[in-house]
Amino acid sequence: MTFLLAAEDHAATANEVVEAASGFVGLAWLIPVVPLVGFLLVLALTKTLRESAAFVAIGAAAVSFLLAVGVATQVLGDPATYVRPIGTFIQAGEFSVAWDLYIDQLTTVMLLVVTGVGLLVHIYSLGYMHGDARYERFFAYLNLFLSSMLVLVLGSDLVTLFVGWELVGLSSYLLIGFWFEKAEYASAAKKAFITNRVGDVSFMIAMFLAFSVFGSLAFTDVLPAAGELSSGTALALVLLLLGGAAAKSAQIPLYVWLPDAMAGPTPVSALIHAATMVTAGVYLTVRMSPVLVQSVPGMEVIAWIGIGTVLLGALIALRQDDIKKILAYSTVSQLGYMFVGVGVGAFREGIFHLVTHAFFKGLLFLAAGSVMHAMANRTDAWGMGGLRKAMPITFWTSAIGWLAISGVFPFSGFFSKDQILTEAYNHGYFAIWVLGLLGAVLTAFYMSRWFFLIFLGERRFGDDVHPHESPASMTAPLIVLAALSLFGGLLNFEHSGWLYTFLAPAVADISDVGYEAAGGIPGFGLIGAAVVAGLVGIGLAFLVYVRGDASRGRMLEPIRGVPAEVLERKFYVDELYSLVFTRIGGRFADAMVWIDTRIVDGLVNGAGATSLAFGRVTRRAQTGLVRGYVGSFLLGALVLVGFLLYSVVV
Amino acid sequence: MAFGPITLTLALPLLGALVLAFVADDPRVVRIVGLVASVATFVASLIIFVDFDVSNPALQLEERMSWVPAIGADFALAVDGVSLALILLTTFLVPLILLASFDSVTTSLKGYVAAFLALETAVIGVFAATDLLLFAVFFEFTLVPMYFIIGIWGGANRRYAAVKFFLYTTLGGLLMLVAILYLFSQTGSFDYEAIRALELGTTEQHWLFAAFLLAFAIKVPIFPVHTWLPDAHTEAPTGGSVFLAAVLLKMGTFGLLRYALPLFPDATVAWAPWLLGIAVIGILYGSLVALMQSDIKRLIAYSSVAHMGFVVLGTFALNATATTASVVQMINHGLSTGALFLLIGFLYERRHTRQIAAFGGLAKRVPVMAGLWLLVSMSSLALPGLNGFVGEFPILLGTFQTAPWAGVLAAFGAVLAALYLLWAYQRMFHGPLVGADNEHTTDLKLREIGVLAPIVVLIVAIGLYPKPLFDLVEPSVERVLTEVGVDAPAAEPAAAQTDQ
Repeated sequence: MTFLLAAEDHAATANEVVEAASGFVGLAWLIPVVPLVGFLLVLALTKTLRESAAFVAIGAAAVSFLLAVGVATQVLGDPATYVRPIGTFIQAGEFSVAWDLYIDQLTTVMLLVVTGVGLLVHIYSLGYMHGDARYERFFAYLNLFLSSMLVLVLGSDLVTLFVGWELVGLSSYLLIGFWFEKAEYASAAKKAFITNRVGDVSFMIAMFLAFSVFGSLAFTDVLPAAGELSSGTALALVLLLLGGAAAKSAQIPLYVWLPDAMAGPTPVSALIHAATMVTAGVYLTVRMSPVLVQSVPGMEVIAWIGIGTVLLGALIALRQDDIKKILAYSTVSQLGYMFVGVGVGAFREGIFHLVTHAFFKGLLFLAAGSVMHAMANRTDAWGMGGLRKAMPITFWTSAIGWLAISGVFPFSGFFSKDQILTEAYNHGYFAIWVLGLLGAVLTAFYMSRWFFLIFLGERRFGDDVHPHESPASMTAPLIVLAALSLFGGLLNFEHSGWLYTFLAPAVADISDVGYEAAGGIPGFGLIGAAVVAGLVGIGLAFLVYVRGDASRGRMLEPIRGVPAEVLERKFYVDELYSLVFTRIGGRFADAMVWIDTRIVDGLVNGAGATSLAFGRVTRRAQTGLVRGYVGSFLLGALVLVGFLLYSVVV
Repeated sequence: MAFGPITLTLALPLLGALVLAFVADDPRVVRIVGLVASVATFVASLIIFVDFDVSNPALQLEERMSWVPAIGADFALAVDGVSLALILLTTFLVPLILLASFDSVTTSLKGYVAAFLALETAVIGVFAATDLLLFAVFFEFTLVPMYFIIGIWGGANRRYAAVKFFLYTTLGGLLMLVAILYLFSQTGSFDYEAIRALELGTTEQHWLFAAFLLAFAIKVPIFPVHTWLPDAHTEAPTGGSVFLAAVLLKMGTFGLLRYALPLFPDATVAWAPWLLGIAVIGILYGSLVALMQSDIKRLIAYSSVAHMGFVVLGTFALNATATTASVVQMINHGLSTGALFLLIGFLYERRHTRQIAAFGGLAKRVPVMAGLWLLVSMSSLALPGLNGFVGEFPILLGTFQTAPWAGVLAAFGAVLAALYLLWAYQRMFHGPLVGADNEHTTDLKLREIGVLAPIVVLIVAIGLYPKPLFDLVEPSVERVLTEVGVDAPAAEPAAAQTDQ
């Protein structure tokens, strides 16, 4: 190991930057490369491997996971920011990017979550995807995703992060559209990709701006120099980064692709669209936290976007009936909490929630998949009920996931959500704290509704369906994730717990920001409020959906009339976007085509027709002539105007 | 040196064409002659590459013979990094184009192959000539074989397209010829370096720049002189479309970089902001028009207008990062769009239609074609990890440093490119498999995969490790920028001033 440079004026906790090629850090390049090889291997040898392709993919995921554990032990044992040199990527003029890897505590946490949940989902898919016509290809795509996501978290430069960022977008496109025979699934895949591209433009402009300020996009250059940013540039950078993050992490106004993304097979929803890829925006903003803290107004925008998304997602989830759609809007909402964390300066609490959410939401999605597996792919919660008896493992593990997301003590989600809200309060954001508690009530309510309608009460489906417990390949990942959802709180049991301390050197120091608490509510009061919020939500749902007569079906819903309609139609946002972009944008593009054929090309053909007309005067030429004359007149006029303009300008 | 690898590379295809004139009209013989000539040409171009000194920014490996002694015009050839890259692209693609055409061309294969070989010689001449008269001759000569390729082997509306292509591009070439003659009158020489050394007044520069610009703008093509391209592309046979997109368009952007910029530096600096604006319009407008096309070939033709807009943007950003990347993007566009036109051709041979609406759900039936189509589309929409990104991203980043507004606006091209490519892909390959025609479409044959494979390998290789390509072209680009008077402006670490 050679010491590159010591971090200078950071807080005493900041990491040293160490260039390293030894130990597991030295092997870290294998973490994304092994699944990439798996992807290529399975794709190339589909016909030879057949069903054993799954084991190639699972093996690759397992190797990545073990290497990630190795890296984690090294970072734990000897904390530092490790830079693993790999080589040049792009070198053009002043602009230079390397493929090097950047490994600190934040990377380590992400590596473990991505490879860990990734491995479990690979195993789960063994049973879930069994019998699918493109079984092998599914595993190839899972490997491609894993590799891409690992590039994203390991990149030492905004550009290489962006490489992973886009490649996870490609994997997501491939997996949402996995059953592309269905037109709406194919549309959902395209919508996801395009919406993310909109965010990418913002992210790219952020990089252009950052490069003009720092002369580099490498984290080792950008992060230590963030303090030199002027407030205006910092604000612009934060908002542009937010634009990118909001697309990937499904925040207002770019969340619209995520609910549609449920078209993909359920393991994909669990891995990509709940546990890992959609948290990339949170990772990006926390990684850039030294830049963020240069603009508190910019962070406040993040916090408000976050809390807005919390409420929007939770409200829409109240009136969805599809068990995957409920979880999708729940994911939108929970990602909002992570953004609240980032926005109020609770970077580490945001990451903590990212971790616990990966556990419990991964669990809930896989449980939903298990239910669908048992129910012949039905997804309407009102057509279920009483499944606790037929599928006890799915039932008990779901119960843990449900209590975790509802914020019930001592399940993991309680700690992470409470800590974000407490920090919001302690940093002076009273309104966000209150709205966050309201969001917690709603979360507990809609998740209880999900749980009660599926598992409790009497069966509400006919004899044509025979629910059964899923095979071990599916229940084993459920059990592991349930254990993590149950005990995950131990990672950061108290507010300044283990994870908080561990991550300290990797995120910006907020002691200079000058946060002040919103009021005098003591710590246990804040915790109490969070506990009450969860219990109120569960209690209300219990009164409606368990004490009520579930056989009455949707008549039970407490929200009726126009508000219900608005929620079911998701606030008409999709309709609005479709009007603006498809209808109006389409008209605009049509107008361009008209200009191209009638004016731009019309002039050319007109000029041609005119010269022809000089040669021969024909009867038919009348229309051609008029057009030709107009055309040549315009052309002449254009040349004249051009000449005049030119002589004025020069 | 009078004779060397450049002359050899230039002569081999022409020699092949001559041999064809004397052999029997037997497809097997024609194929062998065509392949041998084009592969030998590729090998010869590799010899140039081996001899080439990458660190030297100047024109090198000069081969010179007296040509028209009366006016001092020489048959002078030399290469710099930019022209060498483009020559390699050309010689790499021609064997693949021929290989792809052998089955689809049924009328007079001999003439077709001969036309392509003649075209190859002309294009190599354009890239290698260092005598302006010689350059102009090659530049005009490219029109002849291409005119026949479109006019004889093209689609239903080929005559219209061929004439339009010919007239449109001749018009530009003529003005350039006048400008070249004027330059000759000032120096008494057609030699590139002699003319480059000439100090021209500002007014002269503006007029001459305008003449060169028009010739090259039509070739690129730059908005609003682009409308010959969709017609030519749509009507040209597969090989013609591939060559047109991959190589012929590059003559325009190459010409800008080789002639318009260094010969008329003051005019370049004065016109640059306007050309950036036109490039941005080209990117957005080309993409929007592409979006609404119902014919897949027309769609890709308009996407070329947009993509070449990126190249023009990078060229006139006059920034080492952007301008170097714009040369890389020329190669990338050649590979990606070339591969797309090959795929379209393969599909056309099976279905005899280019209407997007005629297809649907094909991915189920032709997974290999669908997979390659998606990969190439991703390359074309600049997905990182593939070649398009390493060209487009530095172009935008570099442009932002000199003209932030242009970088920001052009970045939206990224959304539109994804939109028109993925929408087309969805309509053709996704959704339910309906109709007997779609049901019976067959997947790519081994030979077709073999044609695409080398291109795909380059798409991935350049995407992951573009350094050798950047290293090849950067010194020559920086020489041009030095001439223009903008020496690789460093990114100013001016954090403090850039408030808002």
